[in-house]
Amino acid sequence: MYSLEFTVNGQLCQVAVDLKTTLLEVLRDKLFITSPKVGCNTGDCGTCSVLMNGKLVRSCITNALSAQGKEVTTIEGLAEAGELHPLQEAFHDNYGAQCGFCTPGMILASKALLDENPKPTREEAKEALSGNLCRCTGYGKIIDSVMAAAEQMAQAKS
Amino acid sequence: MRKRGVGIAAGFYPMGMSGGGDSSQALVKIQPDGSAVLTVGSCDIGQGCKTVLAQMTAEVLGIDYAQVKVVNDDTDNCPLSFGTFASRVTYVDGKATIAAAENARDILLEVAAQMLEKSPEDLVAADGKISVKDDPDTSLAIGEVAGAATFGMRRLVVGLGHYMRDPATPDPDTGECDPVCSLAWAANLAEVEVDTETGEVEVLRLVSSYDVGKAINPMLTEGQIEGGGAMGVGAALSEQLHPHYPGLEDQPTNLGDYAIPTTMDIPDLESVIYECPSTNGPFGAKGLGEMTANCPAPAIVNAIHDAVGVWLNELPASPERVLRALDEKGGG
Ligand code: FES
Ligand code: FES
Repeated sequence: MYSLEFTVNGQLCQVAVDLKTTLLEVLRDKLFITSPKVGCNTGDCGTCSVLMNGKLVRSCITNALSAQGKEVTTIEGLAEAGELHPLQEAFHDNYGAQCGFCTPGMILASKALLDENPKPTREEAKEALSGNLCRCTGYGKIIDSVMAAAEQMAQAKS
Repeated sequence: MRKRGVGIAAGFYPMGMSGGGDSSQALVKIQPDGSAVLTVGSCDIGQGCKTVLAQMTAEVLGIDYAQVKVVNDDTDNCPLSFGTFASRVTYVDGKATIAAAENARDILLEVAAQMLEKSPEDLVAADGKISVKDDPDTSLAIGEVAGAATFGMRRLVVGLGHYMRDPATPDPDTGECDPVCSLAWAANLAEVEVDTETGEVEVLRLVSSYDVGKAINPMLTEGQIEGGGAMGVGAALSEQLHPHYPGLEDQPTNLGDYAIPTTMDIPDLESVIYECPSTNGPFGAKGLGEMTANCPAPAIVNAIHDAVGVWLNELPASPERVLRALDEKGGG
């Protein structure tokens, strides 16, 4: 066993892992953070997406030890002081989530996009979310949500 | 070469089950503060029944939507429901919910009638109040009435509702029967581009129009239409459960093999909501959910024919199948 030390949503964590443990297993089974979903466990669907040092990763195919010393953000880490993140607000207002299974991953993928490109075109937003599958929405309202959040965040800045 | 084509498909769809036993029950309890708790057995899988049923309850009781809490997350403790499937929840649970809310409203009117020394027929529940029909200034807030019922008159304000259609039993001689509760109608239009070299089909536009009777919540209705649209595109072009059916070999075992459409495979879907009220549905609503996934594939297949003149009689219309069909026809 190895000792993995990393930060999850601002909190320092220490977990015993072996060489084959995935980041998804650590988050769900050891830390009981269940927002990253096990959609496929083969890297195909994006429901397990989290941010590692701000970069979008699929935690089901990320070796846990690669998070050593890094900062991981799940959807629980987005709200600040009880205030939803503008992306969360926008997904709520625009019916961007139906069953919700893809939603944590969708919102984190959207965050990764907006952090890099605060004013994406619709096409760019689609491309950024193309690794995250959704069975319910047909994606339109998800893209609407991302565009609305981008607008809202730009306004809040100015 | 890339060739374009347009295709349409039409459809109709009933809701629920016609063989009998398709039942839903509902319970509306008015809290002492005038808010309401609706308990039903059908769960919300994202289609939004929690919202829609709360809207119906609020409408009947004349209270604000935010004053309704819906409990539908435990079939052990909730009234019976046949389940969330067959496009039935808005309709069947909706009718049960309306009946339960009306029942609760009747109790409130009775209590208010006692308080105002009127008869219940003279009263109306609207805008959070119960008021006298021909003297609207004489009124009681629903919270006041519910509070008086609970703490003054020792009454529990609970409405019960139930809906179940009679089974459609065919006449033994003629076979005639009435299996359909409400018919929703549909028209889909697809525009595609077919690559005659690779056999790939791209959906450029999908316009989906549905007669939903009444869109109880237009945004959720649109969400259903778009979601079904994307499923339909997947069914038409990429999703294959059993490539060698009835043989089960080579069936996909993960989401890498079973290709559901991504953001890049779906155009911006266009939904058109048409409302021709059902004569018996809740507020005129019909069943919508399931049919939205059925119409895109025929529209897309028709569009492929329009583009390159071949009929794809098996789904999905994968690049391989398109190329084989083109080969058989003799060149694109
Ligand atoms: S669960 Fe990780 S990509 Fe599907
Ligand atoms: S909302 Fe159900 S999978 Fe996306």
